Amino acid sequence: MINITTLQKKSLIEWEALTHSNEPVIYLGMASCGKAAGAEKVKQVILESLKVHSINAKLIEVGCVGTCYLEPIMDIRAFGWPRISYGNVDEKRAEYIIQKHLVERNLSKTKPLGYLGNVPFDNIPPFSEQPMLKPQVRIVTRNCGIIDPENIHHYLANEGYSGIAKALKMTPLEVIEEITSAGLRGRGGAGFLTGRKWRTCYDTQSDVKYLICNADEGDPGAFMNRLLIESDPHAVLEGMLIAAYAIGATLGYIYIRAEYPLAIKRLQNAIEQMHKYGLLGDNILGSTFSFSLKIKEGAGAFVCGEETALIHSIEGKRGMPRTRPPFPAVSGLHQKPTVINNVETLGTVAQIIRNGAQWYRQYGIEGNYGTKTFSLVGKVRRSGLIEVPLGTPLRKIIFDIGGGTVKPFKAVQTGGPSGGCIPLELLDTPVTYETLASIGSIMGSGGLIVMDQDTCVVDVARYFLDFIQKESCGKCTPCRVGTRHMVEILENICHGEASADQLDNLETLAKLVQSTSLCQLGQTAPNPVLTTLRYFRSEYVQHINEYYCPALVCSSLIEYTVIKEKCTGCQRCVSVCPTEAITGPRSEPHNLDPSKCIKCRSCYEICRFDAIAGNAIVITSK
Amino acid sequence: MKKAETSFSELLQSFPPEEGSIIPLLQNAQARLGYIPEEAVEVIADYLKLTESQIFGVASFYSQFRFTEPGRHSISVCLGTACHVNGGATLLETTERELNVKPGECTADKRFDLNRVACLGCCALAPVVKIDGEIHSKVNVINLKEMWNHYD
Ligand SMILES: Cc1cc2nc3c(=O)[nH]c(=O)nc-3n(C[C@H](O)[C@H](O)[C@H](O)COP(=O)(O)O)c2cc1C
Ligand code: FES
Repeated sequence: MINITTLQKKSLIEWEALTHSNEPVIYLGMASCGKAAGAEKVKQVILESLKVHSINAKLIEVGCVGTCYLEPIMDIRAFGWPRISYGNVDEKRAEYIIQKHLVERNLSKTKPLGYLGNVPFDNIPPFSEQPMLKPQVRIVTRNCGIIDPENIHHYLANEGYSGIAKALKMTPLEVIEEITSAGLRGRGGAGFLTGRKWRTCYDTQSDVKYLICNADEGDPGAFMNRLLIESDPHAVLEGMLIAAYAIGATLGYIYIRAEYPLAIKRLQNAIEQMHKYGLLGDNILGSTFSFSLKIKEGAGAFVCGEETALIHSIEGKRGMPRTRPPFPAVSGLHQKPTVINNVETLGTVAQIIRNGAQWYRQYGIEGNYGTKTFSLVGKVRRSGLIEVPLGTPLRKIIFDIGGGTVKPFKAVQTGGPSGGCIPLELLDTPVTYETLASIGSIMGSGGLIVMDQDTCVVDVARYFLDFIQKESCGKCTPCRVGTRHMVEILENICHGEASADQLDNLETLAKLVQSTSLCQLGQTAPNPVLTTLRYFRSEYVQHINEYYCPALVCSSLIEYTVIKEKCTGCQRCVSVCPTEAITGPRSEPHNLDPSKCIKCRSCYEICRFDAIAGNAIVITSK
Repeated sequence: MKKAETSFSELLQSFPPEEGSIIPLLQNAQARLGYIPEEAVEVIADYLKLTESQIFGVASFYSQFRFTEPGRHSISVCLGTACHVNGGATLLETTERELNVKPGECTADKRFDLNRVACLGCCALAPVVKIDGEIHSKVNVINLKEMWNHYD
């Protein structure tokens, strides 16, 4: 029989061997964000350099710590020194760091981010003191970027699977009670009490019950679930075991969007390892509990993140939502009681069981206990994935953790297409399910999109409505037709072709769609419009009355011009202009013919990055 | 289409003949063939004992499925929110114009097909463009055009 203590002991030996290895160990961040930043090429350079210097070192691919703006990230552990982390490691820097750190043993010029662990080292600061990390509390993301997500031993060595081992010694009701008293609320958006949902399912009599992990992550601009699965898949899978045991499910599904191939691969690999160790299948860890798991790939429909649509999709149907009740916990997949939980919800469960409800409740505030992860992106200086206690003010998140914006801050958008834009005046709002709702937005799954003065809120509202209109399943008229009308009005405003009364029409229509749509997709779709009308009405009015887009985004209302005094006539813009709108001989200021200009931005970008003068082309209001 | 059918019949056997297999079968067909040809719909309908319009009804609901032949390389421009506020739409327009291709279609020389995607999960490094399996981050209209040169 497989015993968790034996497994952990074995894993700990492997982990310790790694941390005390005589051979240097190099950890490279290889989550999707790391790869997008060029980690594959960096890996080749590292391997090459090691060969050149005849260094025998282990290269371990880890996930992402969440400081995505520092990718590619490489850590080195060698010579009994702590694990030292480096950021923005491009190919050249990788070679340089290997030379300095591993060959010369000289860190004076390598500019490390910090050391990991708790033994101070030289005059290098601890990595956890990084401005982006310091204010965070990392519960769900504790292993992210630290362990090898493809090696179950790494998870086991860090108390992995002790949660399910402990749960199996409790009764299912005791497990449910623990999760309920921890106050854990669903992290997929609605914030329903997880323990209560489980209890409903537990109480429903049925021969078969299902558990579904919702990894559809439909919010465009959010990646919390991707990062967690890519960096620590077992945390989610252990949570699924505990949930299944509690509700009495024997079969589980992970519904994951197809746009996440690496996450899918990591899950497949993790599931295989679980089978090998008796953590899946019959009689898990020698108990009477049996559970198996299947991965279902989504097929690209936003609405399928909604639980009833998701169930239809697994059943092979068009992913249309249905009205509730009955709730899935009573009648879900194949009409059987089904619990659907978000990736992050499940990723938290094992920690609560391991450490207890009281421990979890020390984080967050009354009614909103624990931590929440957010993907902090947009015009923010330090972008990436963060985890903070609920109740943390938005200002702290955006300015202390994110470092604020380069240009003046305008708004932060929370909750994705169902959420709203929050202005500067409201940044002291603590992030909880209720406070965000009270100011017209929602918590959502954790997308935080920061906007500065170069972001047009009317354009953002148009963007979201256009998104929803395309994703509407078409079942009900308010959502199908209402959102299309709203898009039309918003497009008119962006083109400076709307009349003042259309603003009232827009508002009336928004309220109608909100109150009469069948499912939450339609009901919440007007939020981006309603919040921007509420907090940024003057920008709408400027578009309509003055044909003026203050952010200089709406292309019908702007024009490109060459500043004669700045232009050196380097002809770089002439060569990239697709319509021959820019002309002029070399070394003389160029001409830009606005009637030919299609506002493709090519000249503007090339002048910024590549031209001799730089910034000689400007975008102005018409 | 004979070849597709042969490789297909083996594939079919690995899925239970029930409604829940429609999407996985379509996904597998697309992974093998690059798109969903009419013949694939026929074969799947046959195997699942459903009508072709039932299969097509499901397939057309999901944006993942394409019904036209793809190009040698696939370009996906991210239009998620983070990419949008960082200029994703301009990248799509530029790609459409310079390569003379519309989303969902393929260039005349079959070199590229173009797709819009609603978020690739690399939002912190926006805007991003995926070509085949590789995600390029912090793209602008200038380096976008250079990127294409690596794919012929
Ligand atoms: C339009 C729409 C899209 C949704 N998308 C997601 C999603 O991508 N991921 C998710 O976990 N929940 C999503 N939800 C919420 C789910 O319906 C459901 O409440 C959630 O998965 C329950 O898990 P939780 O209790 O752990 O939050 C969405 C809801 C709606 C209305
Ligand atoms: S918004 Fe483009 S990757 Fe997420």
